[in-house]
Amino acid sequence: MKKKFWLFSLLASLLLLTGCGRSLSDQSVLDNVKRTNTISWGVKGDVKLFGLIDVKDGQQKGFDVDMAKAITRHILGPTGKAEFTTTTSQSRVPLLKNGNVDAVIATMSITPERKKVISFSKSYFDAGQSLLVPKNSPIHSVKDLNGKTVIGVVGANSVANVKKVAPKARVIELQDYAQAMNALKSHQGDALTTDNGILFGLAVQNPGFQVRGGTFTVEPYGVAVNKGQTGFTEAVDKAVLEMQHDGEYNRLIKKWFGDVPGFKYKELYRK
Amino acid sequence: MQNWINAFSWLNVRFLFMGLWVTIYISVISVILSFILGSILGIIRYSKIKFVSEIVGFIIDIIRNVPLLLIIFFTYFGLPNFGLRPETIPAAIIAMTVFESAMIAEIVRSGIKSVDPGQMEGARSTGMSFVQALWHVVLPQAYKNMIPTIISQFVSLIKDTSLATIIVVPELMQHAQVIYGQNANYILPMFAALAVLYFIVCFTLSVIGNQIGKRLS
Amino acid sequence: MINIFSHFSNQLLVGLGWTVLSSVIALFFSLIIGTIFAIMEIAPNKTLQVVGRAYVEIFRNIPLLVITMFFYLVIPMYVVKINGFTAGTIGLTLYTSAFIAETVRSGIQSVAGGQMEGARSTGMTYWQAMRYIILPQAFKIVIPPLGNQFVNLVKNSSVLAFVAGFDLMYQANSIASTTFDTINSYLVVGVLYLIITLPLSYYMQHLEKKLA
Repeated sequence: MKKKFWLFSLLASLLLLTGCGRSLSDQSVLDNVKRTNTISWGVKGDVKLFGLIDVKDGQQKGFDVDMAKAITRHILGPTGKAEFTTTTSQSRVPLLKNGNVDAVIATMSITPERKKVISFSKSYFDAGQSLLVPKNSPIHSVKDLNGKTVIGVVGANSVANVKKVAPKARVIELQDYAQAMNALKSHQGDALTTDNGILFGLAVQNPGFQVRGGTFTVEPYGVAVNKGQTGFTEAVDKAVLEMQHDGEYNRLIKKWFGDVPGFKYKELYRK
Repeated sequence: MQNWINAFSWLNVRFLFMGLWVTIYISVISVILSFILGSILGIIRYSKIKFVSEIVGFIIDIIRNVPLLLIIFFTYFGLPNFGLRPETIPAAIIAMTVFESAMIAEIVRSGIKSVDPGQMEGARSTGMSFVQALWHVVLPQAYKNMIPTIISQFVSLIKDTSLATIIVVPELMQHAQVIYGQNANYILPMFAALAVLYFIVCFTLSVIGNQIGKRLS
Repeated sequence: MINIFSHFSNQLLVGLGWTVLSSVIALFFSLIIGTIFAIMEIAPNKTLQVVGRAYVEIFRNIPLLVITMFFYLVIPMYVVKINGFTAGTIGLTLYTSAFIAETVRSGIQSVAGGQMEGARSTGMTYWQAMRYIILPQAFKIVIPPLGNQFVNLVKNSSVLAFVAGFDLMYQANSIASTTFDTINSYLVVGVLYLIITLPLSYYMQHLEKKLA
């Protein structure tokens, strides 16, 4: 018994000493993807309109995925390959920092906290946080959330935002948007909060629910890469700019958001 | 009723079975690997090799006493610190193998111990070495007794693969979630399907385990 | 690691509290339910046997996660609202009770036989003999395996993280995704889990040796 105690203490102290984080080597991601002619992207698999797994072929489909393919083409040329890994709000940062994926394009807002650990391209899509509630809900704006239970997703910054705007709201975090939406349907919370684009996607799938209260934050989505990979972010910025000039960007916006009721997709057009 | 018919459309059913296939794939590989690794570790622990057995035993105790979810996280998010970047399915296989090997090792160790210690001495007195006695006399008997326990451990393994949904492994649980994520009306049919499919797989294995157990004893 | 512990000690202790609470509640109810179904499985009545057997086989062969999510997402949609902590604890209870039933049943069977006949010959009914003679002895035998079930319960309670049950694992996910220090966050909760489970496991090993 005593020996085991000592072994345990030894292990615990070893962990304390070695458990400090290490960042990935300083290899240039841009050089790597050019050498392999492949960009490995982290995308969402649970978000309609942005990145949703299709039961037909198990592939992710959405605006983010199409953007990733287009950016890959712009950076690597027509033979460049885009590979996709499904990430969740929780796993996207660790996967990026660990080098499992080269870049993440997964409804990810550019925030100061995240900028401390990873780097972002310029915004490629401007979202804003909003609320999804049942049509008969008494909640009309974010102010009404005080004293109510709000559902969010682990790893999304929307949870922290709600705490700022409505400090008395109770927040529960679920694993992904499929669970969050079903929890809302099961009355586990009074509202679901995240970015309007995601919420409109959920409202399309779930009649009886609507997006309410306008947006109360600005959430510019960026392409995320490992800290300091400015070569890659610049290449992404250039690619997005080219897409805006030749109209491809607007075509993708129309393709994914053109038919969403209540969503003013033309405001998202970029020239 | 319409919900059930729509929920089990050809595409959805095919998608579910693709998930079931991944669940079985992960389970079978992990079962084989953890049976081998667990046996080796169990024998090392039993053999009382100075320091080695103790350290192995301690690591096994640690693994046995933390939630499998943590081991999955460590495999998927932690291994890259050591230069390994497994994708989701290999990560799930590694995590399951590590966890189940520790479980099997403990079963093997106590299985060997429960074979009458006189057996070992008797075999040694006929001039066999420790390894020979272990291999020819003790282990065959020990494994005969252990098989039901080991099989029920493997049933747990199959069930536990569902936890790998947290790192988006395309297994049965994850695929069911994708389907009911599209339409919340499918949620009851999907849970019914999950219960039935997991039950069929696990129960079949349990029955096989019981049959083998009966035949051996 | 120390950083995370000192910054988030409140959150972690709250998580530890919910984890222990859920495990203790689930242990209590699964002992009762498990014992009832164990007795049913070996009862002299065929129907009771079938019901007992069916219960055990169903809950032993379906993943805990499926049971828990069912109570969190499906039951509230059709029956009654239950929150994440309750749904998780119900899932844990049902799942564990099947294993406890198996443990208790084998305990009873190892005592029964001669004991039962002896007790019956003194004029006790079947149920009296079970209640006063067999069960007390059976429980003594099954204490170590039950202790191991409790260790499993503590580990399995991490499914509460899937249903926002505020347990240790839920807090770990939340801390990992605010600090972005994934590995250290999980190391901290790993140590916290071990603080509960490891001494318990060792104590049970010790008991087993003593009883053997």
